[in-house]
Amino acid sequence: MRTLSKTKIWSLVCILVLISLGLAIAQEPAPAQTQSTSDSRWFDDNRWNVFLTLVIIFFLIIYFIEKAKKGKNLFVRRIAGLDAIEEAVGRATEMGKPILYVPGIDDMNNIQTVASMIILGNVARTVAQYDTPLIVPIRLPFVLPVAEESVKQGYMAAGRPEAFQKDNIRFISDEQFAYAAGINGIMLRERPAANLFLGSFFAESLVLAETGFSTGAIQVAGTANIHQLPFFVVACDYTLIGEELFAASAYLSREPKLLGALKGSDYAKGIILAALILGAILISFNVEWFKDWFFVE
Amino acid sequence: MRKEVPLIITFLAGAFFIADYFVPHTGFSHIAETINGWTIIVITFAYVLGVANVTRVNLDYIQRKGKDTPYKIILLICLLFMMTVGIVWGIAEGTIFDWFFINIYVPMQSMMFALLAFYIASAAFRAFRIRSTQAALLAITAVLVMIGRVPIGEAIWKDFSNFAEWIMNVPQLAGKRAILIGAALGAISTGLKVIVGLERTHLGAD
Repeated sequence: MRTLSKTKIWSLVCILVLISLGLAIAQEPAPAQTQSTSDSRWFDDNRWNVFLTLVIIFFLIIYFIEKAKKGKNLFVRRIAGLDAIEEAVGRATEMGKPILYVPGIDDMNNIQTVASMIILGNVARTVAQYDTPLIVPIRLPFVLPVAEESVKQGYMAAGRPEAFQKDNIRFISDEQFAYAAGINGIMLRERPAANLFLGSFFAESLVLAETGFSTGAIQVAGTANIHQLPFFVVACDYTLIGEELFAASAYLSREPKLLGALKGSDYAKGIILAALILGAILISFNVEWFKDWFFVE
Repeated sequence: MRKEVPLIITFLAGAFFIADYFVPHTGFSHIAETINGWTIIVITFAYVLGVANVTRVNLDYIQRKGKDTPYKIILLICLLFMMTVGIVWGIAEGTIFDWFFINIYVPMQSMMFALLAFYIASAAFRAFRIRSTQAALLAITAVLVMIGRVPIGEAIWKDFSNFAEWIMNVPQLAGKRAILIGAALGAISTGLKVIVGLERTHLGAD
């Protein structure tokens, strides 16, 4: 009850801060160019389709979360890449070598990096139980404190806060290939037994994965950047393809609420699939309104 | 309290920016732009954390006298040198900072990028080894697409390039879009979980 009231107080404070700042900003005279193109609408009529789709997806996710909370057993298929993470940690422990976790090269505004940080927390918890060093090279400094916190919390959750080594979360460089060169250096000098590449990757993906392959490390990769997936599939032992990266947190933690959200997005996928089939049938009969409804300006 | 405050801020910020996508009101967009400006300022300050991390990690290593100490010293000297020349003389075209960037950093970056060609060759060699039906399909499709994209393809069969294009635009694109739809839904689901505070692994265990 005490926590709830604190939450309410803080919610109120945050809302008041935002409103007062908003009012202050709104009262500022807008620049001349923006005044001529000012818009007084409170809803963009061209985005009703996106809004409705989002509402349906949100409803499905929340519905399945509620179902999961009531104790309904939800089946999630086996994801080999995620099962392999524990195997990789075990292997590294046996060999007495560290584990390398690369969270991609994008900033925290990319949802893949957010997903990667969530997985990092789970990986850190497993790693802490095995007492194996976890090296996390970082490209963008804004990701650094988040990664530090995720790993620290993972170690704390495993009951081993003293084993957390802050120096293993390393800022390398914000330049793409300097970062790749730095990670290659870590792979060749410190010879990690397991390399986990989970997040948003671009042209450096193959440089990293091939170097890791040459060191003989067990490699698990995952990204939603489809152009990089073939490189990971070729050079890594296991690859999480697209949505599997986002499913990782629920899969690893097995928390009912997260599994419910996963189930909800699966059903949303089913609806999209049905819409695609219906759209293909309708367009074959020259009925275009259904296709046009999905168009976003 | 340590968890509640970040959760509340996340919820407010997330809800605000979702609303920003649907609300074209000038005043609302103005607030969103201002908050985005704050984000840039916060991100810029995060670079101080980055530099502090590089300095701390490498100084510790130098103190321990590890075998890579000379490299760590070079790294710290370069970091200090580039920061100093950048702050004192600026980073515009023609400055010392620019000279070092163009003549040392850019060639090194190009060298790393060029390495990709060799990595692609070795990766392709492994990918095209026919060990299963799927690998055979992959290798055959890749060979067809490659032949369709060079002049010899048209010499063999005049519609070879069209056939290669069909492979790229129909079966390949269908697979790619399936992955994209799944990934987009996963992203929405993850975003929602973070915004409403269901996903709090990054804030620690309950």
